[in-house]
Amino acid sequence: MLRFIAKRLVQMAFLFFLFLSLVFFLLQAQPGDISSQFINPTIPAEVQQQILARLGLDGSIWSQWWNYITNFFTGNLGVSFSQFPEPVIDVIGERIPRTLFLFTFATLLSYIMGFTLGKRVAWKRGGFSEYTVTIGGVLLYTVFYPWFGILMILLFASTLGWFPISGFLTPEFWRNAPYTGNEVFGQMLLSLTIAGIVVVAGLILARRAEERSTARIIRRGGYALSVLFLAGFWLLRPDMRPYATDIIHHTILPVVTLALVAFAGTMLLTRSSMLETLKEDYILTARAKGVPESDIRDHHAARNALLPVVTSFILGLAFIIGGGVVTETIFSWPGMGSLLLTATVIEDVPLATGALGFIGILALLAHLLVDILYNVLDPRVRVQGGR
Amino acid sequence: MVIKDQEAAELLEQDLESVSGVELHEGDALPESLWRVRWRLGWAALKKNWKLFAENKIGLIGLFLILFFALMALAFPVFRAVGPWQDDAVYDPIIGYDAVVQELEVVATEADVVDPATQIDAVNAQLWCFGALPGDTCEIPRAPAPPNNDHWLGTDPLGRDVASQLTYSTRAAFFLGAVAAIVTVVVATTVGSMAAFYGGWLDNFLMRLADLVLLMPLIPILIVVSGMFTVTMPLLGVMIGILSGFGGTAIVLKSQALSVKVKPFIDAARVSGGSNMHLIFKHVIPNVLPLSFLYMMFTVTEAVSLEATLSFFGLIEAPMTWGIMLSTAQTQGYLRSGLEFWWLLIPAGLAVSLLAAGFFFAGRAMDEVINPRLRAQ
Repeated sequence: MLRFIAKRLVQMAFLFFLFLSLVFFLLQAQPGDISSQFINPTIPAEVQQQILARLGLDGSIWSQWWNYITNFFTGNLGVSFSQFPEPVIDVIGERIPRTLFLFTFATLLSYIMGFTLGKRVAWKRGGFSEYTVTIGGVLLYTVFYPWFGILMILLFASTLGWFPISGFLTPEFWRNAPYTGNEVFGQMLLSLTIAGIVVVAGLILARRAEERSTARIIRRGGYALSVLFLAGFWLLRPDMRPYATDIIHHTILPVVTLALVAFAGTMLLTRSSMLETLKEDYILTARAKGVPESDIRDHHAARNALLPVVTSFILGLAFIIGGGVVTETIFSWPGMGSLLLTATVIEDVPLATGALGFIGILALLAHLLVDILYNVLDPRVRVQGGR
Repeated sequence: MVIKDQEAAELLEQDLESVSGVELHEGDALPESLWRVRWRLGWAALKKNWKLFAENKIGLIGLFLILFFALMALAFPVFRAVGPWQDDAVYDPIIGYDAVVQELEVVATEADVVDPATQIDAVNAQLWCFGALPGDTCEIPRAPAPPNNDHWLGTDPLGRDVASQLTYSTRAAFFLGAVAAIVTVVVATTVGSMAAFYGGWLDNFLMRLADLVLLMPLIPILIVVSGMFTVTMPLLGVMIGILSGFGGTAIVLKSQALSVKVKPFIDAARVSGGSNMHLIFKHVIPNVLPLSFLYMMFTVTEAVSLEATLSFFGLIEAPMTWGIMLSTAQTQGYLRSGLEFWWLLIPAGLAVSLLAAGFFFAGRAMDEVINPRLRAQ
């Protein structure tokens, strides 16, 4: 398993290197020249030359390319034009946790929704419910996403008033707050990460258990432990709680909107995958044995139908990252996506390319995670030499 | 030429027997000329596939949506040439202007305004009708104006006719979809077939590249690219086509081409002296094409929504598209004010969603025609 991960990591590093080179050459291919845009043409030629040398723009294109790559890997992304003395890496570092938070929850929610609905739709082939769910799902999948986001805001925020209209927090409420938004958010992420690790650990331990009943106890124990931990964690921080609640209140609508758009892909794929699985002989065998229908659906069919769905996660990932950019912009959620868009619109080139690079890293890391997950799920593709 | 036709005729004899039910003997002259036979075979296949397609209500809905939008695209030139939109100055989707004049009754103070749709207070009225006194009527040009007899879907914040913008943009959407789809098919079939046919390092290289493209989210890349370059509609179509053709579609088509590559007729063609290029273009690609048409449909869906998203953010150089319509309403602050200005919010957004959905539905129904395992028992 470790060797597999290492191999994938090397491949990913290579892919990322390719991607970064692509970004660099795009930068080079753009009409005009950064130097001519930002160097005052009235200053003496020698001074211009000095500035070029200081910026590393005097070398050949290959040496510039090599500088760009090495700088990226050492975390030197230059200085943002729009937020001047601030280095790009700091701006991005501030935004990344928020985006991760949004992506993770939207992805989880959309997968749970898509998988549950998909297997039910496939189980009851034909009929009114299949058509409504399929058509509704596709309409959500192909809906013009920024427009859908605005409609959601109009309905749930403006008209019903359940959620705030936009933003990451309510500024008036935080005026005299003893914490900054990022401190509270950091604590939230910390607690959620630990809780998530507990759940995953429970699931892994449950897989090792011999008996089915023990596995169930371990699994449920993991869930209970993580919930207990979360409760304890936030009970110990009573003065931080209202602020955390405020952030969560702002999160719900963007996460739900993104999940609603993304779930249909999973649902449709689960459906087709289930339809193929249902034709297998072992389903017939299970029926003949008299296994309860819901058991066949959930354990015999859905478990096997899950594999292509997990593979498609890669496709879904690009979709969700793209959707994330739009969501963040529509909901004024200060994450990587809205950073990318604003930086592009105001021509803050270092910030835009830096953000694009980091979005690439996010996509690759998530891809790696899916690969590992796939490995755990399907014994057939499990690499030799370890679990 | 003659020899080739003879060969083809022999090959077709078998198919012909199965279609016509007439047994043919060696030496018999063909009852019909060759192109008629080909045409009839094609027609029979089309009829069979159409029956399969039509069984699926979802596919029919998709087809209906596509046809509806095709008519809408036709409506613009027709209405401009002979129909109700002949008046250039008013109905031009880009530079047209029509201020719908509204007559308001002037009342003394703001507190007296009972119905803001018909009344205005004297102070505000001075902006349009200088010197207006309570009791006068004041004519105020309105943009955006709600739907009326002249403007079926009202006018936008700049006084342009929404209905003409909507129909004008339909053509652009179809054009973009067509460009993206054609480029995707060309790129994906070529890449997929090459990778499958040659294997080895070429296969490895192309597939790693496909992995990279597949992993990279399109929207952020296109956003950055359109920030650096002037992206016009044809260029956008080509970019979307290349990116989606090189990614998932190429991978799927490669696996299809692999299964074609091991068929006996490839060996037969090779033995008769066909070059690699001949094998790829005459035998592998034609057998991969049906599947690539399927992915063409999905590419159109993708292209339509991507274009709308990018032009919603103001990143595309185009005279008028659905995304730009929404963008105009958004930047002028009319989108988030609820359904009060529904004619700015609903038509354009719905058009993007429904056209994308139409192609997606049709694509799914085609999927069931091509892939028998998905059909209902």
